[in-house]
Amino acid sequence: MKAALTTAWLVVLGTLPLWLDNPYFLHVIIVAGIFIIAAMSLNLLLGYAGQLSLGHVAFFGIGAYASALTSLGFKVTIFPQWVLTVEANPVWLAMLMGMVAAGLCGWFIGRIAFKVRGAYFVIVSISFAEVVRLIAVNWVELTQGPMALNNIPPLALGDLVFWKKPENYWLVLAVAVVAYILVRRLVHSRAGRAMVALAENEPLATSVGIDVTRYLVLATVVSAAMAGAAGALYAHYVRIVDPDVFLFIYTVTMVIMVVTGGKGTLAGPIVGGLIFGLLPEGLRALAFAPETQWIVYGVLMVLVVYFLPQGIVPALRRIRA
Amino acid sequence: MDQLLQHGLNALMLGGTYALLGIGLTLIFGIMKVVNFTHGELYAFGAYMMYALVMLTGVNFFVALPLAIALGVLLGAALELLLLRRLRGADIDTTMLVMIGAWIALQAAEQLAWTGVAKSINNPFPAAPLVVGAVSVAWNRVFVLVVALALIGLTYGLINHTKLGRAMRATFQDRETAALMGVQIGTIHTATFALGSGLAAAAGALLGPVFVAYPSMGDLAAAKAFAIVILGGMGSIPGATIGGFILALVEELGAGYISSGYRDAMGFALIIVILLFRPTGLFARKERIG
Repeated sequence: MKAALTTAWLVVLGTLPLWLDNPYFLHVIIVAGIFIIAAMSLNLLLGYAGQLSLGHVAFFGIGAYASALTSLGFKVTIFPQWVLTVEANPVWLAMLMGMVAAGLCGWFIGRIAFKVRGAYFVIVSISFAEVVRLIAVNWVELTQGPMALNNIPPLALGDLVFWKKPENYWLVLAVAVVAYILVRRLVHSRAGRAMVALAENEPLATSVGIDVTRYLVLATVVSAAMAGAAGALYAHYVRIVDPDVFLFIYTVTMVIMVVTGGKGTLAGPIVGGLIFGLLPEGLRALAFAPETQWIVYGVLMVLVVYFLPQGIVPALRRIRA
Repeated sequence: MDQLLQHGLNALMLGGTYALLGIGLTLIFGIMKVVNFTHGELYAFGAYMMYALVMLTGVNFFVALPLAIALGVLLGAALELLLLRRLRGADIDTTMLVMIGAWIALQAAEQLAWTGVAKSINNPFPAAPLVVGAVSVAWNRVFVLVVALALIGLTYGLINHTKLGRAMRATFQDRETAALMGVQIGTIHTATFALGSGLAAAAGALLGPVFVAYPSMGDLAAAKAFAIVILGGMGSIPGATIGGFILALVEELGAGYISSGYRDAMGFALIIVILLFRPTGLFARKERIG
């Protein structure tokens, strides 16, 4: 039954561009898919390791910038006499660089930020994202600042260039499936159980010999690299990146997706991501102004915390049981 | 040297309002254990109320200021009763998510009500600055500093010399014991949130006429308030006061000697550095991290 359902879902998702003949709607789904990958990565930290990271968009943005810059090539003066020049690289390599750069930042942030917990960790993570955003605005030589990086090439594998929407849809779907499997394997492994134990009761977990920093840093690195991959997909799909990718509101969107869907569940970010990825379009169809849309977001978030504190997926599970 | 003096003076003028923002946030965190993400929106609310009163209805500037602050107090009380009352005892992540939701909704409502165009607010002070030797300062900034210092003084008086203030301090030290001694925790929470919100609104009402009012102005203000609170130690009012002036000084020097583009990054960089080397803040005596 369950296997049949999964297969049916995969068939529906896999053939979507073949029967959905609406480029705009496909675009909405691609962007929602990219955010679902980002939400899955956040879920690893927020849901499983129990750390509310409100700077998650930094990893997404670093992935986008690193990938875009590697594919375009850049020249930057680090000291007055020392100039670093990077030639344009193939896009698949650039995307890999985006993931590596985001993962490295995750390692660095994980090493320093987990000295503190709770409200302090939240504020450190927000501060990190803001500092990165301001660097993206001000380091014009590297990032073009508010002028944005333009003409970012799309992914090319041999003769296949990902110009059109259906190819990009399949690309995002493939990455999402890989990310899903990765998260599932990780949380069911020894490391994943250690993370959950830390989230549930840190002193107890430490007392049975779980190395707190090691597992939290591991969670952050994997999560950051995955968010970086989402950012790289975004950069080469929309083909323009400006400092607005670091806006706090994107972190909030990811958090809403995870919390609404159900943090600490595998399906949660997907359910939440579909709702909040497609909701703006629904609201726009009802001729709502963007401000009204954000009001709806905010109110929904409050209502979810009040009435579905565990999220939709665990609530459905309870109904079925 | 003159340049340094001028930077110091500018920081002094700005530090008063920063301290107001920080004290409001630190009170709410210390007493209620709530990370208040709506703090910046109350700041923006104060500025917009000044705009509505002074520019739209023509109320006298000096009457509008206390009115705007009073409206901020009322909005804070309403938020506490509506959103936080039923979450008392919930863990900090839950209240944080609710406050983020409230923040998004409030900011979007501001944008809807006032549009995205920045609004400037007239002030009755002479445009010519006050010149003292080699340095100069605008009159309206002097007024801002004086009012901010007066409000800080009032808050100290309220906390240290009134019955309500004693109940607040008792709740801060030990909520359960305070409740056993007959302190109405619910009332204390509403009063705390209203007071903290009023201070944020006051900062906005004071700085709105100096700069301009725009819908996302609260984000940066909230971020600065967080930096100040971390600098001074969560829950420490003297810490927040001194922290406000320190942040203003760091920003001024950073903008003056490094690059004005990184002015607003200074606060965040300060947060990261403080939390790495002295996570309890500079002034807190005892603090639990968690």
